[in-house]
Amino acid sequence: MDLALIVSVQVLYAVATLVIISSGLAVIFGMMRVINLAHGEFLMLGAYSAIFATKQGIDIWISMLVVAPIVVGLFGIVVERVIIRHLYGRMVDTMLATWGLSLLSVGLVTSIFGNTTAGVSTPLGSFSIGLYSVSIYTMVIILIAVLLLLAIRWVLRSTDWGLIARGTMQNPAMADVLGISPNKVYATTFAVGAALSGLAGGLLAPVSGVVPTMGASFIAKAFITVIGGGSAILAGTASASALFGLINQLATFITTPVFGEVALFIAAVVMLRLLPQGITGRFFKGSL
Amino acid sequence: MTAFRNSSLSALLVIVLGVLATLAIPQWVDDFALIQITIYVVMAILAISQAFIWGFSGILCFGQASFFGLGAYTYALSVINMGESTWPVLLAIAVPGIFAMLLGYFMFYGRLSDVYMGVITLTVSLIFFNSVNSTAGPEYHVGKAPLGGFNGIPAIPGINMPGNPENTLDAVAFFYLSAFSLILIYAGLRWLISSRIGHVIVAIKENEQRATLLGFDARAYKLFAFTVGGCIAGLAGCYFANWGSFTSPTVFSLAQSAQIIVWVIVGGLGTLVGPIIGCMAIQWLTTQIGTQQTFNANLVLGFILTVFVLLVPKGIIPSLGDVLSSLFARKPQQGEDA
Repeated sequence: MDLALIVSVQVLYAVATLVIISSGLAVIFGMMRVINLAHGEFLMLGAYSAIFATKQGIDIWISMLVVAPIVVGLFGIVVERVIIRHLYGRMVDTMLATWGLSLLSVGLVTSIFGNTTAGVSTPLGSFSIGLYSVSIYTMVIILIAVLLLLAIRWVLRSTDWGLIARGTMQNPAMADVLGISPNKVYATTFAVGAALSGLAGGLLAPVSGVVPTMGASFIAKAFITVIGGGSAILAGTASASALFGLINQLATFITTPVFGEVALFIAAVVMLRLLPQGITGRFFKGSL
Repeated sequence: MTAFRNSSLSALLVIVLGVLATLAIPQWVDDFALIQITIYVVMAILAISQAFIWGFSGILCFGQASFFGLGAYTYALSVINMGESTWPVLLAIAVPGIFAMLLGYFMFYGRLSDVYMGVITLTVSLIFFNSVNSTAGPEYHVGKAPLGGFNGIPAIPGINMPGNPENTLDAVAFFYLSAFSLILIYAGLRWLISSRIGHVIVAIKENEQRATLLGFDARAYKLFAFTVGGCIAGLAGCYFANWGSFTSPTVFSLAQSAQIIVWVIVGGLGTLVGPIIGCMAIQWLTTQIGTQQTFNANLVLGFILTVFVLLVPKGIIPSLGDVLSSLFARKPQQGEDA
């Protein structure tokens, strides 16, 4: 019984992590169709800003939830203005340029902070279920993932800004005619996506080894989740996270964490053969 | 210029220059430089595999390193078990080829768009990196050969003359082998591209729908090209394992895949010679940076890639060609105007 409970907490945690690391990419890639291969480095920058801010004496929650998204959001604006805006509609070139950006960021952070693991200790303690102990932070991550999905849904569906953003992505010329500057909307949306990635990096900083190359371990999972989700970014990201998180965690439970990840990737490749349009290409059609 | 690029004259020119350089280099340079040049040549074989599948078949593969790594590991594991290198070399070509065929089946017959293909191939190379990295324990082994995890496999026996395990190749002979392999592969690919199959492959790249409507099975042709690319990358991996008598999971790493892309982008997409030159130039540059220690190699590679995509998207060789042809073309035009 205790074991079943602990496994379900772990599965929920795996799902929540996937939701958190892919939400920024869901906005940038899912909505804007910009393949941002520097997504992992956005997370890495978020993690570094959170740790750096904490070391300067700022409260850890503020560093993770406020400082990290703001820093990476600002970085996102710069990246959009300098690189991305020249490449809209040229998907392959965007991939290459952002890959260059990714290497550049890794090199830059390595030069500044060195190639060592930085870290902060996990806040809050742990509680126990039977013989097993669970970190309270695990529950916080799960809670934040749920809040994040609700917040994105609220912004996209119930605010003017969400409407404008969705409209501009569908038909920039029409938005332009209606008096909305597509350039500004693109820049803002990209910055929001970057800020979400920064938030993810901040949240994961206490639970993962923060090194300059940490982005590589997230990038593939994030892309697989968003692509596996398909065109409806919210329902897609949520359902793909649920599916892949479950497979990952169950395989981890049976074998080792590494083969859990391998199982996730293999499941994703096979699923794309069966559902090339992603989950929401077949199910939950018409959802957000 | 395009006409010259596609003519058999240009292929002949490159081959003759290549053979002359191959024969001349060991006479002129010392052993250390020769070993350096050998690794440039080995990596150029890898670059040409990417140049073919991306520049001529339009397949966006971000994980060419997985075939390279697979070749290196296949050679290492089989040569340690067999003790003789003839079969291991063939296996190091066949195993990545078969793997490329399987992966290609999932991608092409699933009709994934090129963007998804990029992400999937990237993911596959990450799977290899993560799995091989975690096999450090003694329980992971193939026959006599331990996989070694992140420590890699040391002391890999070198290539020997077929059937004679005592007679392994020395540095000069290995250089000749790599360089002539590169020239042969270049000639073979040029021949393939100018053949009927090659024409169909290029036609599919230009307009897949039109080629399909003309009755060609685009998926099968792409699968063929992708498999050829996998085999060539596998051979490069085999030579790489030979070169340092060592292989480690970094052959599967993202940085390795990124490097291949940078070579092709810098040299010029859609040519075979460009990526070879790009590969050698970038490697020379990273070696220089490595000895200086002022700049991080990742930083410079990333900078070069971003700048080239934004400013010189065609790459060096085609841009040079454009400049040359516009120089030659301008004079008669001015004469006509006057």
